[in-house]
Amino acid sequence: MTGSNRSTALALRGVSKSFDRLAVDALDLTIYGGEFYALVGPNGAGKTTTLRMVVGLLKPDAGSIHIGGIDALSDPVAAKQITAWLSDEPMIYDKLTPYEYLEFVAGLWRIEPAVAQARARELIGWLGLKPHAHERCEGFSRGMRQKVALAGALVHDPKLIILDEPLTGLDAGTARQVKDVLRARVREGGTVIMTTHILEVAERMADRIGVIARGRLIAEGTLDDLRRQTGKTATSLEDTFLTLVAEQAAA
Amino acid sequence: MIQQASLTWLAGHELRLGWRDWVSLITAGGRTRARTAFVALVCIAIFMHVFAYWTVATFANASLTSDAAALVGITGTLFLSWSLLLSQAMESVTRAFYSRSDLDLILTSPASARKVFAVRMGRIATAAVAIAVLLAAPFINVLAALGGGRWLSAYGVVIAMGAVATSAALALTIALFRTIGAKRTRLIAQIVAAVIGAAFVIGLQIAAIFSAGNLSRYTALQSDWMLQHAPDTTSAFWWPARAVLGDYVALAAVVIFAVAMLGLAIAVFSRRFGEHSIAAAGVSSAAVRQRRWGLAFRRRSSARTLRQKEWTLLRRDPWLVSQSLMQILYLLPPALLLWVTFRSGHDAFVVLIPVIVMAAGQLAGGLAWLTISGEDAPDLVSTAPIATNRIFLAKIEAVIGMVALIFAPLVAFLAFDDLFAATVCGLGILSAAAAATMIQLCFRIQARRSHFRRRQTSSRIATFAEAFSSIAWAATSALAAAGSWQAIGPAIVAFGILASVWLVSPSRR
Repeated sequence: MTGSNRSTALALRGVSKSFDRLAVDALDLTIYGGEFYALVGPNGAGKTTTLRMVVGLLKPDAGSIHIGGIDALSDPVAAKQITAWLSDEPMIYDKLTPYEYLEFVAGLWRIEPAVAQARARELIGWLGLKPHAHERCEGFSRGMRQKVALAGALVHDPKLIILDEPLTGLDAGTARQVKDVLRARVREGGTVIMTTHILEVAERMADRIGVIARGRLIAEGTLDDLRRQTGKTATSLEDTFLTLVAEQAAA
Repeated sequence: MIQQASLTWLAGHELRLGWRDWVSLITAGGRTRARTAFVALVCIAIFMHVFAYWTVATFANASLTSDAAALVGITGTLFLSWSLLLSQAMESVTRAFYSRSDLDLILTSPASARKVFAVRMGRIATAAVAIAVLLAAPFINVLAALGGGRWLSAYGVVIAMGAVATSAALALTIALFRTIGAKRTRLIAQIVAAVIGAAFVIGLQIAAIFSAGNLSRYTALQSDWMLQHAPDTTSAFWWPARAVLGDYVALAAVVIFAVAMLGLAIAVFSRRFGEHSIAAAGVSSAAVRQRRWGLAFRRRSSARTLRQKEWTLLRRDPWLVSQSLMQILYLLPPALLLWVTFRSGHDAFVVLIPVIVMAAGQLAGGLAWLTISGEDAPDLVSTAPIATNRIFLAKIEAVIGMVALIFAPLVAFLAFDDLFAATVCGLGILSAAAAATMIQLCFRIQARRSHFRRRQTSSRIATFAEAFSSIAWAATSALAAAGSWQAIGPAIVAFGILASVWLVSPSRR
C-alpha cells in the first residue's frame, strides 16, 4: 500500500528532542489518511516521546509537525481539534461516570451536544459499557477504564487517533473489542497510529510498520518490505524486528 | 542473628521504612537536598528555642507546690496538646487500615499477621511520640536550662501522652469500624480526628469569647469558674501536671499507666487490625451509581465545562471536602466573635478580618493544588483544543468561585455592620485566594488527588510562600480595615513574595 495519491495525515520533518540524552534524533515520518500505522521499537527507543510531541504534550527541540496539513507547532489548538490521544495508563476521573466523562470530553472539544450524545451512546454500547454507564469509574477494572478512555478519544470523531500501548494489561476480550473499534475507525477513513510491544498485533492490524531505535526510524513499510530489508523472507515480524534492531545496535 | 519474621525482625523492617519515609519527608525526595534540609532543621530548632524562651521563660521557676491556677494551666495545655496528638494518631491508624502498599504481601505471607500488625501499631505509637517530643523539646529544654533538671521529667509526660493518644486512637478507630463499617469509617474517622484536633482549641476560644470577649483560649482556663470547679490540688487528676513540674512519683505513675494502656491496646487490637484491613480492602470495589445529570448533553463553553468538572469532582469527594473545609472549622470562633461584637456594638473587625483572610488564602491554596496539580487526566486536558492559558484561567476561576461561595456569607454579615470593613475583607479574601492560586500555578506538579495531604512536602518553597503570602494579605487587610496607610507595607511584601515565587518557579524554567 502506498500513499502517493493519498492525503497526508501526519508529517514529521527533522523532529528532535533531548532530555538527559538524545531521545528523538531528526526524525522524518509520514503517515497517510486512512492508514493503520504501528510504531514498534525497543524500550527507550523514542516512540512515546515522538507521539507526545505530536499531540502537544512535549515541545520538540527542532523540526516541524503537521497534522492534516495544519502546523501543530504554530497552531496547536486547530491541530488538537482533529486529534485524539490515548496513553497506556488510562487517565479518567474516578468520580465521574462514563456518560459524564464523555459529556466532559465533548465539552472540551466543543462538539454539538446532540451529536456528541448520540456518539457517546453508540460508543458506550459498542464497548459494552452500557450496564456501567451511570456508575462512577472509581470501582472499574483496568480494562473498563481503558474502554472509557477509548470512548473519550473517539467521541469527538478525530481524524487522527494516536495510541500509546493501548492493549497493555487488557484481557483477551477487551483487547479484541479495542482492536475492533480501531479497525472500524480505519474503515471509516480515520487514521490510527499505535505503539505496541505486542508485535503480533502490529503484524495483524497495521497497514505499515515503522521500526524506531535510538530515536531514528530504522525501517518502515509493510511486513514484506521489512522482511526484504533484512534479506530474510518467511520470517515473523518478531524475527525481522530483532534482526533490524540488532543491526542498528551493531552499526 | 535475628530470627526471620520475629517481632524484632519485623520491628527492624518497620523502623527502616519509617526512617526512609521521614528522610523523604524532610528532603522532599531529593537526596541532594539533605544538607539544605539539615541546615533548615537547625535554623528551625534555633527559632523554636527562641520562641520557647519568649513564651515559657517566666514559668521556669514555678514550684512543685503550685496553686490550682498553675495546675489548671498546665493540665489545660497538656490536654490541648494531647487532643492534637490523638487527632494525628487517628489519622495514622486510619491510613494504616486503608493503605494497600504492602498489605497484600503481608496478608498472603506465612508470617503471623498479628505480629506484623502489633509492630505496625508500635510504629504508629513511635511516630506519635516522636512528633510530640520534637514539638515539646524546645520548651522543655528552655525550662530545664533556666529552672533546673527537674523539668526534664516533662519528656516522660510527653512520651506518655503519645502512647495514650495512640491507644485511644486505636480504640476509637476500631470502634468506628465495628459500628459504622469499613466503607464509612475512612471518611468519618478523618472528620472525627480533625474535629478532635480542633474541638478543644475552638471550645476554649468560644468560652473566652463569652466570658471575656476575646479569642485567647487561656482566658477560659484561668477563669474564676474553672478554678472553682477544678478538683482538689491533691487529686490524681493533676498527676500529669505534677509530673511536668518534677514530681517523680507522679511521673512514674503516668508513664506506667501509659505503657500499660499501649500494651493492652496492641494486645487486644492486633488481631482485629488484620480483619479490618481486609474489610477495608473491599471498599474500593463497591460501585457507586450516580443520578444522571440529565437526559441530554448540555451546551457549555470549554471554560465552563472545566469549571463544572472541578466543582463536580470536589463535591463528590467527601474526604477532600472534609480536608479542605476543616480549615473553615477554625473560622467558627471568629464568626462567633463577629456575632457577639455585632450584638454589643464593639469594633473587633481588626482582629477578625485577618483571621478570615488568612483562612481564605489557605483554603484557596488547597483547592488550587487540587485543580491544578491534582488533575487526574492531565493528558486529556492538555491535548484538548483549548489554549493553555484558557485552561489555567478556567481552573483559577473554579478556585476563586469556590472561595467566594464559602466566604460570601461572612462578608455579607460583616457588611450589615460596617460596609467599609466588609469591602476590605472581601478584597483581602480575593487577593489572598488569587495569590495562593498563583503560587500553586507556579509550582504545579503532576500528582494524584489522593496525595492531597502530602502536597506540603512536594515543594517547601510553595508551602512557605503560600503561608507568608496569606499572612501578608491578612496584615494588609487588618491595617486597611483600621484605616491605616501602613497597610501598603505588607501589601508590598505580598507582591514581593509573588514576584520571588515567579522568579524561582520551576514552571518558568
